[in-house]
Amino acid sequence: MTEAYIYDATRTPRGKGKKNGSLHEITALQLATQQLEAIRDRNNLDTSFVDDVVLGCVSPVGEQGADIARAAALNAGYAETASGFQVNRFCASGLEATNLAAAKVMSGEADLAIGGGVEAMSRVPMGSDGGAMAVDPEMAFDHYFVPQGVSADLIASKYGYSRDDVDAYAVESQRRAGQAWKEGRFKNSVVPVKNQLGLTQLDHDEIMRPETDMQSLASLKPSFEALSAMVGLDRVAIQKYPDIEKINFVHHAGNSSGIVDGAAAILIGSKEMGEKLGLKPRARIKAMASIGSEPTIMLTGPAPSARKALKKAGMSPDDIDLYEMNEAFASVVLRFMEDLGVDHSKTNVNGGAIAMGHPLGATGAMILGTVLDELERTGKGTGLATLCVGGGMGTATIIERV
Amino acid sequence: MTYTHFKFEVDADGIALITFDSPNVSMNVLSNAVMAEMGDMVEKIAADDAIKGAVITSGKKAFCAGADLSELGGGMGALAGKSEEEAKEALFEVAYRLNQSLRALETCGKPIAAAINGLALGGGFEVTLACHYRVMATDTGAKLGLPESLVGVLPGGGGTQRLPRLVGVMNAAPIMLQGKQFDAETAKAQGVVHEIAPASEIVAKAKELVKADPMGAKQPWDQDKFKLPGGGPYHPAGMQVFMGASPMLLKETYGNYPAQRYILSCVYEGLQVPMDAALRIESRYFTKLLMRPESRNMIRSLFLSKQALEKGARRPAGQTKGEIKKIAVIGAGFMGAGVATVSAQAGIEVVLIDVNQEGADKGKAHVAAHFAKGVKRGKLTQEAADAKTNLVTATTDYSMLKDVDLVVEAVFENSELKHKITKAAEEHLPADAIFGSNTSTIPITSLAKASSRPENFIGIHFFSPVEKMMLVELIVGEKTGDKAISLALDFVGKIKKTPIVVADTRGFYANRCVMRYIEQGMYMLTEGVKPALIENGARMAGMPVGPLSLQDEVAIDLGYKVLQQTKADLGEAAVAGPNATVIEKMYDLGRYGRKNQKGFYVYSDSGKQLWDELDQFAPNGKLLDEQPSVDEIKDRILYAQAIEAARTMEENIVADPREADVGSILAWGFAPYTGGVLSFIDTIGAKAFVARADELKGKYGEPFNVPELLRDMAAKGETFYKRFNPEKAAA
Repeated sequence: MTEAYIYDATRTPRGKGKKNGSLHEITALQLATQQLEAIRDRNNLDTSFVDDVVLGCVSPVGEQGADIARAAALNAGYAETASGFQVNRFCASGLEATNLAAAKVMSGEADLAIGGGVEAMSRVPMGSDGGAMAVDPEMAFDHYFVPQGVSADLIASKYGYSRDDVDAYAVESQRRAGQAWKEGRFKNSVVPVKNQLGLTQLDHDEIMRPETDMQSLASLKPSFEALSAMVGLDRVAIQKYPDIEKINFVHHAGNSSGIVDGAAAILIGSKEMGEKLGLKPRARIKAMASIGSEPTIMLTGPAPSARKALKKAGMSPDDIDLYEMNEAFASVVLRFMEDLGVDHSKTNVNGGAIAMGHPLGATGAMILGTVLDELERTGKGTGLATLCVGGGMGTATIIERV
Repeated sequence: MTYTHFKFEVDADGIALITFDSPNVSMNVLSNAVMAEMGDMVEKIAADDAIKGAVITSGKKAFCAGADLSELGGGMGALAGKSEEEAKEALFEVAYRLNQSLRALETCGKPIAAAINGLALGGGFEVTLACHYRVMATDTGAKLGLPESLVGVLPGGGGTQRLPRLVGVMNAAPIMLQGKQFDAETAKAQGVVHEIAPASEIVAKAKELVKADPMGAKQPWDQDKFKLPGGGPYHPAGMQVFMGASPMLLKETYGNYPAQRYILSCVYEGLQVPMDAALRIESRYFTKLLMRPESRNMIRSLFLSKQALEKGARRPAGQTKGEIKKIAVIGAGFMGAGVATVSAQAGIEVVLIDVNQEGADKGKAHVAAHFAKGVKRGKLTQEAADAKTNLVTATTDYSMLKDVDLVVEAVFENSELKHKITKAAEEHLPADAIFGSNTSTIPITSLAKASSRPENFIGIHFFSPVEKMMLVELIVGEKTGDKAISLALDFVGKIKKTPIVVADTRGFYANRCVMRYIEQGMYMLTEGVKPALIENGARMAGMPVGPLSLQDEVAIDLGYKVLQQTKADLGEAAVAGPNATVIEKMYDLGRYGRKNQKGFYVYSDSGKQLWDELDQFAPNGKLLDEQPSVDEIKDRILYAQAIEAARTMEENIVADPREADVGSILAWGFAPYTGGVLSFIDTIGAKAFVARADELKGKYGEPFNVPELLRDMAAKGETFYKRFNPEKAAA
């Protein structure tokens, strides 16, 4: 089987996902286009060698609909021969897109492909694409579907993470992200977003609050308690987990991932194609895996997906130098670390989505780039990126520097 | 053509007035015969150029009470011997026929209006929804509603499609899912009806609407520019409604009630397609529902059997219906005052006696407070409330018993006291008056020993709170005569409750079974099952509250006293076991339940929470490492009660399976979707039930020891309703 290598990784800064966010006035198409342009321009890439562009997108409707990957490739001025398609594995879409790009290279279908993702959450709000999972009564009744926030609180209840535990995690995420930005640890990947005039619109992650402390978080109200009380979401979750008396609502805006706009891209190719184009491989894709897990608790998939990838790579959790586990909610990361037996000192060392935001379709590609940057900065060898996924799934990718 | 169920008259303007008036019944119901005639009329209206439109009204007090549920049950019988696929097809064809007829009505090309003179429920309401215009009477107490889901079926005449299209899913949901009924003003405000008027004017107004015909004889949903109010499932606002509706329903039903769930699916799927397809979808779900045991069992117990019992199915042969005009209630405490309240409510004169005037007055104050609440809620006028309250005379004077038809004794559970009161009352009672004791535990035969006319002595066991609980258990002592039973039935009927007639035994029927329920909670505690799992498992099984919670409500010190009494009567061995262990320990710890804010739960202003020291009842104070599955918990809870109920049948405590079933649902809320304790066994099948019970007995012991009766039924392949065949043609 052909080996797949990462040649480059870029991301946008993450803009506040609201109407007053800096990227709200930039189209999703532009976010994706500028990433593809950056990949091309940073690598002097002849895009006629790009076989495919795979972009993750979780709400592929409106301006993000109708295969935004192909639209972005055309709009970036890529050769017509570079095809494109959009994938949706909810929060892991960006990583799944990268894995698919890698798989195409590994299988020999492609020699050079781009994986990545885009989500302009301020412009195409979450849930815009509808979906039977949350709406069709069959899903609720037979599968005890609850929204992710309730699942995150269920994890906290089941595994005993207190409000202090999750808040402390969030404080640390903010601190780490603040320090990482201060030290310029993301500078290799972050490509500022330009506006309609070609001038810089945003060059930093916009929602960070590095000064966050336990006291400032303590005043925040749990996000999912009122809705649960109104429609009984907690009682639905308990019907699946009847040994729990009450859901402990611990998550709020300050210890959950932020809603942001952003895009990312990763250039992946075979060794031969890299050599032909004069590109220097930065890492090898060592293993990839996606799994399904229990859908009501929903967000416990990262550990089993990591385990599956580790098994395929013939590795143990200790063999991984750095982990990036998407901070969808604090309890999810706490559970991941506990389940896999991984220390916080090597997980999300530069903070994560609680501090910087989670542009759904793009995050997977972003954190894979983040772990690669950090491996290079610290001279370490192996990294694993993983995300929890709606509907009870997990996706993981292991890379190794070359 | 002349019609049996309708009058059909065309006026000078060419408007047909169709008057629904089935012969020899007090209430119009939709039957196959009715629908056939209606189909014929629709054809006639469509074909006859002289007819410009039609108005449908009723010749009876009510418009129409809905479909004929007994016919529905009969229809199921015709499926015997068919393959599943054939049965589905046959049933669908029947179900879809109603939808086809009503669709033909609304697409006949001529304007049709309903003049709703009185109650229009279920199919009756659905007929009006298939009309282009609705005019509703304001002065007859007329109400609209879709109560189908309450007996486990769904509105199968287009109700799940037309109502949400008319008023939006948000407004339609409580009507379809909870059976909420509403009056003319609400109907007008929500846009369910076009006009409201006094009954004398509704036909004329309906004719005006037909003449004006602003909608061009087309329903809103058949208009080109139709927009669903509130939006469909994938409209941003509509989506929120759907996302909330399922969890809300699941929270209440634990997924045990397929009717509600299918209604939601009908709405969700139906709103995404045009009306014709939507009606097919509704009929498919209707069919699917009828093929499930829940709907069959619920129709039988909650509708047919309940009605039969209320009509006096258990009146002894040779006895005729009598009239209760005046009663006495002795003991004006919470129970006695409750009995006085429901009696006065029914227009019965009540002599409310207590040991002192203060106690009697307090009881009467309870009655007055009850009716005052009714006034406050706009359900009663002040005059009516006063009149009802004044039916109650609070006194200490036993001589006032001289002209009562019946006495309900509701004093403390103390045999001596009860004996004394029996004697005191009989000194003044008319010779033929009935003496009923509202005891919940003491055998009636022993209480009747104090009576000089034990043939007139009977147990009339109310459940608390009397105003709310719909069952009354009549207990027949050794010497209780038929006339006493008959008059007690008259009394229960008059206060609009449902009677069951049971033989005399400790705990009678209901308390005997419910004890088994609570006891399972204690068993599991002592085995090391997580308390939350016990309580959640019970609710998921369909019980209204968990066993620990129920014991807290009943009060642990009361449980303790009953335990001590039983010990004294029957000996230590009779009560030994987990139940006694836990109850005695809790009593020693001063944890009496909700009454002192601490029992199995800890109670505070912010709610209740399981006491965090219940682990102490587990073996060595340690919960099981591997907890049982929730299905195991559910089985234990339901089987333990059902086995006890079967035993009461074996012992002839209960004679009629309908009483066991209806009683179990109304008295202690036994999982209503099962149709009751015996329907639960019948649905599983005696053979499979016994096999599972034996398995449970192997693991958890004596409570799962099945009576010989069940083994015999298993061997013979019998059901309770076959073996104890309550009617010649068991429904």
